[in-house]
Amino acid sequence: MSGGLHLENVTRRYGGLVAVDNISLDISGSGITAIIGPNGAGKTTLFNVIAGATAPSSGRVFFAGDEITGLSPDRIARRGLIRTFQLVQLFDHLTVLENVKVGRHLHTRGGLLTALLPSRAARSEAEVDASARALLARTGLPTQAEALAAALPYGQKRLLEITRALAAEPRMLLLDEPAAGLNREETTQLAALLRQIAASGTAVLLIEHDMSLVMNVADRIAVLDFGRVIAQGTPDEVRGNRDVIAAYLGTAEAAHG
Amino acid sequence: MNSHASIWANGRRNVALLALWGAAAAFVVYVFVTGGYLIAVLHFAAIYVIFVTGLNIFMGYTGQVSFGHNAFAAISGYTSAVLTTRYSIEPMAAASLGLAGALTCALLVGYPTLRLRGHYLAMATLAIGLIAYEVAVQWGSVTQGYMGISGIPPLGIGRWTVTSDRALLVLLVAIAALGVLASAGIRRSRLGRALVAIAGSEDAARALGIDVARYKLIAFLISAFYAGLAGSLFVHAVGFVSPEVYGLHMVVLAFTMLYVGGIGTVTGAALGALIVSLLPETFRTFSDYQDLAYGAVLIVILIYAPGGLAALPTLWSSRRKEGA
Repeated sequence: MSGGLHLENVTRRYGGLVAVDNISLDISGSGITAIIGPNGAGKTTLFNVIAGATAPSSGRVFFAGDEITGLSPDRIARRGLIRTFQLVQLFDHLTVLENVKVGRHLHTRGGLLTALLPSRAARSEAEVDASARALLARTGLPTQAEALAAALPYGQKRLLEITRALAAEPRMLLLDEPAAGLNREETTQLAALLRQIAASGTAVLLIEHDMSLVMNVADRIAVLDFGRVIAQGTPDEVRGNRDVIAAYLGTAEAAHG
Repeated sequence: MNSHASIWANGRRNVALLALWGAAAAFVVYVFVTGGYLIAVLHFAAIYVIFVTGLNIFMGYTGQVSFGHNAFAAISGYTSAVLTTRYSIEPMAAASLGLAGALTCALLVGYPTLRLRGHYLAMATLAIGLIAYEVAVQWGSVTQGYMGISGIPPLGIGRWTVTSDRALLVLLVAIAALGVLASAGIRRSRLGRALVAIAGSEDAARALGIDVARYKLIAFLISAFYAGLAGSLFVHAVGFVSPEVYGLHMVVLAFTMLYVGGIGTVTGAALGALIVSLLPETFRTFSDYQDLAYGAVLIVILIYAPGGLAALPTLWSSRRKEGA
C-alpha cells in the first residue's frame, strides 16, 4: 500500500449528480490495475480526481504515503503520477522526438541561463536527445523521430503519447482508455507494451472499455457502477462476480439489491 | 527510407534558410558600404527585429496573445528619454533603468493575469498598451505630451559615443543578431520546449510536470525585456520620442511583421521585421495608406500563407518531394 495510490472516501458531485460516491480503494504500487465499468459509472471522474484535473468534493487521495488531494496536475506529475488522455493530447506542431524530449522536463534542469550558454546547452541537450531516442526505440517509433506528431497515424499517436509519458519516468502510469480507437493488432501490441512497462517496475493504472485488453493484462480489476466500487479482485474473480454481470447487462436492481 | 527522405527535406530546408539569412546579411553589408537613407531604414529594421523576436517568444513559441508590448517599449523608451535629457544620466544607465521599469510593469501585469485561462491576458495587454499611450500624452510635465522629447543623446560609454550612422548600424545589427541567437538558443533548450509544449496543449504540458502559469510568465518577461530594449534603443538612435512612436501603429506593424515572416520560427520573426521595414520605402507614394496596406497584407498572408515566408522553404521542399 505504501508505494501505491490510496483513496479515502472520495466523492465528487456535479450539482445534484454524484459522479464518484464515497469511494475507498487501494491501488498497488506495482503491476497493472484496471478500473472498468459501464458508461457513466464514474471512471473518468475518478481518474481526473487522481490526476488532479478535478478536485474531489470530499475525501482524500494519497500516493506513496503522501497526501495529494487537490494538488494541481503538474504538482501531481512531479510526485511521479504521469497520465495520458482519452483524446490523445500531443504537441502536434512538434516532431515525434521533440514530443518525447518535452517528457524529460521533470528529469532535466536548466532555465534561461542554460539556454543562453552554448556549452551548457549542448551538454544537457545531448543527454535529453539520447534518452528520448532510446525510448522511441523501446516503444517502436524510432524511424519517425523527425516526423511531425500530427502526421502520425492514429495508433502511433497513442503510442507516442505513452512514450512521452514514459520519458517522465513515472512511478505510476495513468492511462485513460489507451485502447480507444486502436485496431486488434495495435491493441495486442499495446498489451505487450503494458506488460513490459509493469515488468520494468512502473505501476500501471488504466481506465478501459476494451474488456479483452483488461482481462488480458490486468493483475487486479476494480469495477465501478453508479460511482461506487461494486467489485474488485483478479480478472477471474471479477469475471464470475454476479454484480458485475448485472451491471454490464444493465439490470440495476441486481446491483443494488 | 522514411527517415532518409525527411533528412533530405530537412537538408533542403536548411539550405533555403541559410540562403535567406545570407541574403539578409549581404543586404546589410551593401547598405553599410553604399550608405544613404537606407541606413536609417535599417536602424529602424534592426530595432523592430529585436521587438518582434521578443514578441515571437511569447506569441509564437508559447502561443499567447499580447496587444500591449508597445507599453513595455514605451516605459523603457520614455525612462531613457527623461533620465538622459532632464537629469543628464548616462544613456546606458538610463536604458538599464528603463528596462528594469518595463520588466517590473510586466511582472505586475503578468503575474495575476497569466494564471487565468482564455482571453483575459489579451484584454489586459490591450489595456496596458492604451494606458501607456494615454499616460505619454497626458503626463505633460514629464513626457511633454504630443510635443515629445527631443535632444536625447546617442548611446555610448563615457566619452565614446555612437554618433555616425554607420557605427549605429553596426551596434544595432549586433544587438539584433544577439537577440536572434538568444531566441534560437531558447527555442532549442528545455525552457523553449516547455514554452512550445504550452502552445501545443496546456493540459498535456501540465501532465508532464510543467508549471504552465510560471512558464507563461517567464515567456512574458523575456518578451517584455526585448520590447523594452527596442524601446530604449529607438529613442537613443533617433534622438526623439513622442507618444505616436509607441502607439497602436506599433502593434499593427509588429503583428504584420510576425505573420508575414512566419510566427513561431526564429527566422520568420526576424526576416519579417526586416522585409516589412523595407516595404514603406518601396511604396512611398502610398504613405497615407500605410496601415491600410499593412492590414491588407496581414489578411492575405493569414488566408494564403498562414506559416508566413519562413514556411515557404518547407512548402517548397515538400512539393519537390511529391514531384520526385
